[in-house]
Amino acid sequence: MTAHKLTTVDGDDNRQGSADHIQYVTVVIGSQLFGLPISQVHDVFVPEKVTQVPLAPPEVEGVLNLRGRIVTAINMRRKLHLKPNDADQGMMAVGIEYKGESYGLVIDAVGEVLNLPRNEMEANPSNLDFRWAEISGGVHRLDGRLMVVLDVDRLLSSLIEPKAA
Amino acid sequence: MDDLLREFLTETNESLDVVDVELVKFEQEPNNATILNNIFRLVHTIKGTCGFLGLPRLEAIAHAAETLMGKFRDGVPVTHEAVTLVLASIDRIKDILADLEAANGTEPDGTDRDLIDELERLSLSADNDDMADEMAAAMAEEKAAEEEVGTDIYQVLERPLRPGEVSLDDLERAFQEAEVEIELPAVEEETEEDGEPVGAAAPSFAEAKTSQKEVAKPKNPSAKGKASSQGVSNQSIRVNVETLEHLMTMVSELVLTRNQLLEIVRRHEDSEFKVPLQRLSNVTGELQEGVMKTRMQPIGNAWQKLPRIVRDLSQELDKPIGLEMIGAETELDRQVLELIKDPLTHMIRNSADHGLEDPADRVAAGKPEKGNITLSAYHEGGHIIIEVKDDGRGLNLEKIKEKALKNGVTTEAELEKMADHQIYKFIFAAGFSTATNVTSVSGRGVGMDVVRNNVELIGGSIDLRSTPGRGSSFIIKIPLTLAIVSTLIVEAGGDRYAIPQLSVVELVRVQSNSEHRIERLKDRPVLRLRSKLLPLVHMSELLGQTEEADLDEDNGFIVVMQVGSQSFGVVVDGVFHTEEIVVKPMSSMLRNINMFSGNTILGDGSVIMIIDPNGVASAMASHASGTLSDTVEDEYENAEAHVIDADAPISLLLFRAGSEEPKAVPLSLVTRLEEFDVNKIEHSNGRDLVQYRGSLMPLVYVNEGDRHKSEGTQPMLVFSDNGRSMGLVVDQIVDIVEDRMTIEVVSERQGVLGSAIIRERATEVIDLGHYLPLAFDDWFMRKEIDTTTKVRKLLFLDDSAFFRNMLTPVLKAAGYDVTVCSSAQSGYELMEKGTDFAAIVTDIEMPDISGYEFCESLRRDTRFRHMPIIALSAVVTPASIEKGRQAGFDDYVAKFDRPGLLAALKDVLTNEFGVAA
Repeated sequence: MTAHKLTTVDGDDNRQGSADHIQYVTVVIGSQLFGLPISQVHDVFVPEKVTQVPLAPPEVEGVLNLRGRIVTAINMRRKLHLKPNDADQGMMAVGIEYKGESYGLVIDAVGEVLNLPRNEMEANPSNLDFRWAEISGGVHRLDGRLMVVLDVDRLLSSLIEPKAA
Repeated sequence: MDDLLREFLTETNESLDVVDVELVKFEQEPNNATILNNIFRLVHTIKGTCGFLGLPRLEAIAHAAETLMGKFRDGVPVTHEAVTLVLASIDRIKDILADLEAANGTEPDGTDRDLIDELERLSLSADNDDMADEMAAAMAEEKAAEEEVGTDIYQVLERPLRPGEVSLDDLERAFQEAEVEIELPAVEEETEEDGEPVGAAAPSFAEAKTSQKEVAKPKNPSAKGKASSQGVSNQSIRVNVETLEHLMTMVSELVLTRNQLLEIVRRHEDSEFKVPLQRLSNVTGELQEGVMKTRMQPIGNAWQKLPRIVRDLSQELDKPIGLEMIGAETELDRQVLELIKDPLTHMIRNSADHGLEDPADRVAAGKPEKGNITLSAYHEGGHIIIEVKDDGRGLNLEKIKEKALKNGVTTEAELEKMADHQIYKFIFAAGFSTATNVTSVSGRGVGMDVVRNNVELIGGSIDLRSTPGRGSSFIIKIPLTLAIVSTLIVEAGGDRYAIPQLSVVELVRVQSNSEHRIERLKDRPVLRLRSKLLPLVHMSELLGQTEEADLDEDNGFIVVMQVGSQSFGVVVDGVFHTEEIVVKPMSSMLRNINMFSGNTILGDGSVIMIIDPNGVASAMASHASGTLSDTVEDEYENAEAHVIDADAPISLLLFRAGSEEPKAVPLSLVTRLEEFDVNKIEHSNGRDLVQYRGSLMPLVYVNEGDRHKSEGTQPMLVFSDNGRSMGLVVDQIVDIVEDRMTIEVVSERQGVLGSAIIRERATEVIDLGHYLPLAFDDWFMRKEIDTTTKVRKLLFLDDSAFFRNMLTPVLKAAGYDVTVCSSAQSGYELMEKGTDFAAIVTDIEMPDISGYEFCESLRRDTRFRHMPIIALSAVVTPASIEKGRQAGFDDYVAKFDRPGLLAALKDVLTNEFGVAA
């Protein structure tokens, strides 16, 4: 598994960043900057005509049709326990694939692509909100602000397999 | 060569490739049971199919190999030698297959005794592990012994050929050659008689030969290249389902784009694009249809092999067997179809071999000699149900128990607690077969295991029913996740949903003044539909979106659905159209919502949820246990609040009655607007009444002395509460408006709250409080009692049956739960039993123990010291009242003073409330 991942990174230097760097797509949720590994981001789109799913977990914004595929939209603000977005503010979504299914993370805005060295990533601070820590892979200190690395796998598995309480 | 053989060759080649890979894997991980099971199943399938196709060489090798692998499964250590041998057998099978392809479906001559001997030797040595060394030397003896044991002997026919009979091989060949006739059931009988069809088939022989060449797949170029080079191109090709899936997605995309274009063109009247776009649109539609079709196949395709298999079985087992197939046209997604083919074959084989008795036994049991297997397929509640039924002996419960204990899947104690059908289910466990001897047909305990696995793989379930002596039936239920369904698109709570048409029985339009209207039984909506009472549920309530109280009951549609034997109605706000949709499975994040079976993309590009009728049915069942009893009260309070809160705009119903001036009443207070034929208005006991929903509804006029119309229909406002209704007769219903109800001029007149400006006109606002008591004088009192008492338990003692009969209904009508006793003695007993009464009403003059004594003795008991007790007496004098007070009564009421009794009860219960608080 690991070997396979490394080769793709090496083999596709420009897109993936080099072995000791990871490229992140930055997104803003609330006022916080988050980073998603670019290798996991399929596309970025504006969610339109979202169909609500009654009885769904609160984090699920709904489902929508993205070029013939049914995408489950996840409201990241709700997942991160942030206040809901103002109605007039535009929405963006980051499309990701997980276990053969398409998901869209609904966020406030998409920022830029950053190439960050792996070794600069720091572990989650111990006092981080546990709901954030659950889906955060670490923190990068950027100039003047912090970027939380979103662990997409953990994020989605936390939603798909509800914690055994 | 027929389709069957061609298919067998392709499939077997594929299976063998898998077996190769798996075997190598297995050698490295000899303890991995999954791999072994996988191999075992593949080889078993090959063996089985060879048996039916009459390929004895192949079957013999596969059987021997399977036996050896069966030993591995039983825990015998895996040796390198054994795996090599199995691999060698696989290679041999491949060689034979290649020859088979080249030789037009005839097995090449030759023997595989060498391999089989080797395989059998290893199997036996596995049996006698310690003797392994002597094995090679003692092989000849072993073989003799093994004949006696009879476990590993390959048998085509368990008896010698009788004179005049053709050998199975010959018959087989005749079958293969008689390709054209094979579809006709008549052939079967002919062939059984003699070899004649061989001759009959001769003209088509040449033709058959050409088609056989197709079989020489380019897939296997090493085998006889010359055959494949001449191959006529196939009429059908195998396409990866993923390719189809992708194609489907692209077509959907195309449809969406087309829809957008159409939308644009619609806005530009004279566009030159119009004609080409129309064409594009048509082509797109056809393309979509075509792609959809590629995935759908009638289930009959999977059944093609079965008549032949049953025929073979019938001969092999020497039992006459009939096969009936119902619903072959039921369409199924191709992928699903492929996956249920094998399970079905296994099940048919099982039914024939184990299910059906021997002819002699059947006759002895009073059944016809010929056993029947019925195979049926149909849609039910969004699932495809396939049923395999036989009229044989049924499952042997005792044997299953025995085997389950032996295999260690359960314990004796657990078995005790299990119902029969739970025990039957053990046959789906791996390695479970109750057949005492292993035949080439079945009995290795792989069958039902495979069946269950394959069915579960496509998200289905399997169930079985069995009646001893009457037969058993296996029911496979496959969800339609991949199938195309016709659905009804409905709207509820502002969202659209798709309901599978298959479970929709009919649609009923709901209107307050039509014969179909929603009625309530203890707050639960029901519909009188012809002779039945149909339970209803609101879609948006099912989906947890609204509370029942908010729903508009007077407009909408009822989708009458049937799931299994359960019928119910789902109330929706609107019904659009039907649409054929391709069900897409729900995202795994949402799959646990059992109200939906999937989702899909509609023609307009939006995603829509597909309602699962089974989910709705089970929700209906659980909903029945929930309670909503507080709703009515809340509703009433809300309604009152509306009247008081004059600042907020409210809905007002405007009407005319008695005079030209408009009158208004808050709409929230009106239960229904009705129109009655004046002939229906009856006069009784000095007042006008109509029969309304099985009871009499008094009519009330706005002004005293008003009359209802003399002909036509009479509109009225119906006010209902707690099962009672009143009709307020009006001349005309004008409108419903949303306005502030600010009463400008307060009225002195009874029945009018005052005048307000509504719609810029002075309007009289009706005081409903004046009219309700005109219909039922205790309307408000009941209400008051109700709100304070809820359902209070009351003990009522009276020795006189007359008074008991007179007062019990009064108390019940006031909302109490009344327990009646005829003497103080039985009253004590009840109290002692711990029945918790809120209050006691007792007669004073009773034989044995008087009311005074009863009360006194209760007061001495600490438990009842504060219990409210009311005395009832025919004699009410100041002296008797005083005596009652001394005895400890809370109140003293005359027997004929019914309102007094109710007031006293209300009083003591309220006091008691105060004390408790």
